[in-house]
Amino acid sequence: MGRITLNKVTKSFGETQVIPPLDLTIEDGEFTVFVGPSGCGKSTLLRLIAGLEDITSGQIDIDGVDATAVPPAKRGLAMVFQSYALYPHMSVRKNIAFPLRMAKMDQAEIDRRVDNAASVLNLADYIDRRPGQLSGGQRQRVAIGRAIVREPAAFLFDEPLSNLDAALRVGMRLEISELHKRLETTMIYVTHDQVEAMTMADKIVVLRAGFIEQVGSPLELYKSPRNLFVAGFIGSPKMNFVEGAEAAKYDAHTIGVRPEHIAISATEGVWKGRVGVSEHLGSDTFFHVHDTGLAETITVRADGEVSFRHGDTVFLTPREDVLHRFGADGLRIG
Amino acid sequence: MATQSSRSAARLMMAPAVILLLGWMLAPLITTLYFSFRRYLPLRGGDQGWVGFENYTRFIGSSAFWPSIQTTLIIVGGVLVITVLLGIVLALLLDQPMWGQGIVRILVIAPFFVMPTVSALVWKNMFMDPVNGLFAQLWKFFGATPVEWLSQASLQSIIMIVSWQWLPFATLILLTAVQSLDGEQLEAAEMDGAPFIKRFWYIVLPHLGRAITIVILIQTIFLLSIFAEIFVTTGGAFGTRTLTYLIYQRVLESQNIGLGSAGGVYAIILANIVAIFLMRIVGKNLDN
Repeated sequence: MGRITLNKVTKSFGETQVIPPLDLTIEDGEFTVFVGPSGCGKSTLLRLIAGLEDITSGQIDIDGVDATAVPPAKRGLAMVFQSYALYPHMSVRKNIAFPLRMAKMDQAEIDRRVDNAASVLNLADYIDRRPGQLSGGQRQRVAIGRAIVREPAAFLFDEPLSNLDAALRVGMRLEISELHKRLETTMIYVTHDQVEAMTMADKIVVLRAGFIEQVGSPLELYKSPRNLFVAGFIGSPKMNFVEGAEAAKYDAHTIGVRPEHIAISATEGVWKGRVGVSEHLGSDTFFHVHDTGLAETITVRADGEVSFRHGDTVFLTPREDVLHRFGADGLRIG
Repeated sequence: MATQSSRSAARLMMAPAVILLLGWMLAPLITTLYFSFRRYLPLRGGDQGWVGFENYTRFIGSSAFWPSIQTTLIIVGGVLVITVLLGIVLALLLDQPMWGQGIVRILVIAPFFVMPTVSALVWKNMFMDPVNGLFAQLWKFFGATPVEWLSQASLQSIIMIVSWQWLPFATLILLTAVQSLDGEQLEAAEMDGAPFIKRFWYIVLPHLGRAITIVILIQTIFLLSIFAEIFVTTGGAFGTRTLTYLIYQRVLESQNIGLGSAGGVYAIILANIVAIFLMRIVGKNLDN
């Protein structure tokens, strides 16, 4: 059980309001990702839910019970911190057992749960080591282990993968997703990385300066971003924005075309430009096209086989069926 | 860095410092050892030749010897307990955000800058004087008979004075340790359901272990040789004669340099015994 409802929650530090009145419901068992650029208030929001910060006004309900004034330990939530926050002088076993010891649980039950968590997370071989002797990925798993033994109503993750190297990050992303499928517990995950958000989430909450820009499933956000900010934030590489006369043809102030929705050709197309840097990823190639007269650069994704040299003249054709149109206020049209 | 020539150059460069340090340590040590085996009474016939271990047996056979060792250990132990315990409390309090933090921190450190002689004089005359002292006034205010601190509670008084001097040191070291504690660890423990006392016991105290070790080691070295506080207040009377003070009396009051030197050698041995014990007990904390 772990349905979390935020009702007109605000947070101010002194005079500065970092979270304006905000409503949000996180359903039981849902994997929700808070995503946004740094300083958008996503970590603060997570800490408000955890109870590590007091909310300035509003109400937080957990499973229909008002938890606004409940201390963090009593909310039944477990948190995995960015720095992992393992206790350096305790062994892995003691780290994982710590919340259970604090709950004065029976020793046999503690051992059972710790051993279970250790086998689920492949920690059995390191169980008597200290955190200082573990690698980043192993520490990450210990932190998750410490969270799962409590059998919480919901897990809170605060940028848990940002200290890992790229390869490990992909691996841990899968492990956390796998864990969610198995436990079916509510998870709230904070990240600035839209790839993590897209790959893991059931529901993405895009935040900017404390405001919720859009809430939806990854594909909803990808297919119909509500405004320019979400359109630019979700998707990699970034969506191309074109303003002016070209946009006016489509009755819009701005049109957005994703790099993967532009065809590139040496001979024919709607837009003409000159190839700048091309990034070859093997599977895909990204071309940065200049001098189109539309925007400074248009990014195009093409197949890995396609090859143009720096300075070549190319023609681009956007797919009109997946074109995004935005008004002068930045909001989506149609 | 590790080529043959750079290594020999490094040795050559370090040599002056090493030689100076060795000379600095060895010269007084050898002089002390030399005099401890001689009968040397400056006012009664001067240097009168070798006497073997007579000075050593006389020093240890004196009725003042064992009590002086006991007094030394009581003072060192008492001051260590008080400064470490209060130091932890003060460090935790000073770590809290508060108004006027900078000034408060400077005030807390201030006693450390007062010379031992001066602080002992201030305590003796302004606080502990049985007629005019602040404590006496306080006692009288509540209708009690003023305590004659330096004669009735002489050892406790000296422990109090020395603790006051060393508390800032302990607080300072422990404060930096408290500040280096990762806040997320405390938050994690809070979410894990640990109330304040348990967070202190399981998270803060282990984190402070190394700093406490350093405080104990450094303070012990200095506390074994405290002198000014005793000289100024009780002059070694009322059971406050430490080993250091006993040596001083043998050399200057009895004018017996040989006997004092033998005492000095005992002091070195005592310091080493204490140091070995400390290293054994708390030195483990310095590992890893």
